[in-house]
Amino acid sequence: MTEQQQSLEAIHDIKRMMERSSRFISLSGLSGISAGICALVGSWLASPYVFGRKNLFIDVNAPFKKDYTVFFNMWLFWIAAATFIAALVSAFLFTYIKSSKEGIPIWGSSARRLLFNVSVPLIIGGIFLFKLVQYGTFGLVAPGCLLFYGLALINASKYTLVEIKYLGYCQLLLGIINLWFVGYGLYFWAAGFGILHLIYGVYMWWKYEKK
Amino acid sequence: MENPIILLNKLFDSRVRLGIMSALMVNDNVNFNDLKELLQITDGNLASHLKALEENVFIKVERGFVGRKTNTTYTITKAGEKAFKAHIDALEKMINATK
Repeated sequence: MTEQQQSLEAIHDIKRMMERSSRFISLSGLSGISAGICALVGSWLASPYVFGRKNLFIDVNAPFKKDYTVFFNMWLFWIAAATFIAALVSAFLFTYIKSSKEGIPIWGSSARRLLFNVSVPLIIGGIFLFKLVQYGTFGLVAPGCLLFYGLALINASKYTLVEIKYLGYCQLLLGIINLWFVGYGLYFWAAGFGILHLIYGVYMWWKYEKK
Repeated sequence: MENPIILLNKLFDSRVRLGIMSALMVNDNVNFNDLKELLQITDGNLASHLKALEENVFIKVERGFVGRKTNTTYTITKAGEKAFKAHIDALEKMINATK
């Protein structure tokens, strides 16, 4: 081997170690695809309630209470919760499969760092959206979801595969545009959490996992 | 022109030491077990390389406890950072020189 080749190899080693030690690289493209499908199914289920074709409340005769228990009587709340849990579980599953295939433990310091840095903007966003709903500002919920999620992804990109940054910017763009088309939140939400996740997932799968 | 090979740091000849330094460059601190997993080598092997880097004051060792288990973490020193950067520059020169 020539000196030049040796140097190139050393540089390559350095780069690989820097990436592997600081980033959670097991995130699977299939996780993005499954989360996207969950979001599309969720928005399809939610559409008759959002657009007033079906009654929003489960028990129509229940007395209206001005506290958080009102959520439990809303179809939308349960659809949203089920969508969120289904997306989370399926995304976790595919990433778990990928990491065990590669022999990388899923719960290391890189996973911990990623999770923490995603959670901060998401939890803050969650509290903010909860308050929006409580004050009846439903129109800002969808753009709020997109904006906080976009910020969370950009934050996450320092701790995982860097392409997730572009997904974040696209979510932010959709969220901002949505602010001027407030009645169409569900369409923007489905485009951001459904279509964009699908595109991102297929791209990542194609780039890193296709055999 | 002088041969850039003399600028390469002998201490970084081993892939393991290069790996340790790379990981410490991009992380505030890394513990023993994470390093072992990253480099996929035995405890003894890793410990001897860490010792060599520590003796040259390129890395700093902190021994602590998590519960009852020992948790030894490593941090890069200013001198280590400088030496590592110089080493990368030398590698770069080697690549360019033979072009």
